[in-house]
Amino acid sequence: MIETIAFYTFSAVTIVMFWIVVSSKNALYSMSALAAGMITISGFFFLLDADFLGVVQIIVYTGAVMALYAFGMMFFDTTREVKENIRAPKLVFLLSGLTALILVIAFAAPMVSDHIKAFYPMVEGVQNPQAVGIVLFTKYLVPFEVAAVMLLVAMIAGIILAGKKMDESLTLKIEEEFQEKGSK
Amino acid sequence: MITLSHYLILSAILFCIGLYGVYRRKNLLLLLFSTEILLNAVNIGFAAISKFYGDLTGQMFAFFIVAVAASEVAVGLGLMIVWYKRRGTLDIDSMQSMHG
Repeated sequence: MIETIAFYTFSAVTIVMFWIVVSSKNALYSMSALAAGMITISGFFFLLDADFLGVVQIIVYTGAVMALYAFGMMFFDTTREVKENIRAPKLVFLLSGLTALILVIAFAAPMVSDHIKAFYPMVEGVQNPQAVGIVLFTKYLVPFEVAAVMLLVAMIAGIILAGKKMDESLTLKIEEEFQEKGSK
Repeated sequence: MITLSHYLILSAILFCIGLYGVYRRKNLLLLLFSTEILLNAVNIGFAAISKFYGDLTGQMFAFFIVAVAASEVAVGLGLMIVWYKRRGTLDIDSMQSMHG
């Protein structure tokens, strides 16, 4: 009973929050709504007995990714309303609906069949984080290491891309250029 | 009683919302937000399958998706900052330097 209530509450909150993300004109509102949606999604993971995944969702998404977005938004002018030139809104709605429908049918059709067997069944008598550790460090050890290397590469790329000319102020520089042009 | 179909339908709805955002958004930053929604919708589907079939592979894939999303954000934000320094805008329509 409580699972049903929690599921519907979380669903409603998540859908509303994500709708705000895709429809809001203010980037700051979008980001806040996205952070709230991430937290409610971790609620689904706790409902699904994936405790470790829920904690990772909160730490990585709401902690790291959203903080990264917040720091990144300091570089952009986010107080201004986002101006978007949308030519055919109804067509966009129709296209996204149709594409999503086709994707869902294509991926869900084999899933509904009864031929699915558990590849790595849940280990009996252990909690979820322990079971995750057992599978992650035996069957998925190589992808785990590759993911670590990928994160390292992404970190270096981020530092190099964003760190260049960090000492120069963006907004002030533009004003200086304007003043130089004006004085000539 | 909540079944697998409930979670898959929710996942599909969230995926639709994200896809709508990807089609509609013309601002790069908000486009990245929409891709985060897509990845999270898929994560819910993976976790649900993982529970209802008693298999941990779904959760493993969800972990790797989280890792991919984190590195995507790091590189994407770096590229966007470079672009914003050059052009002063994040509008996708301004990225037409290769048009004929």
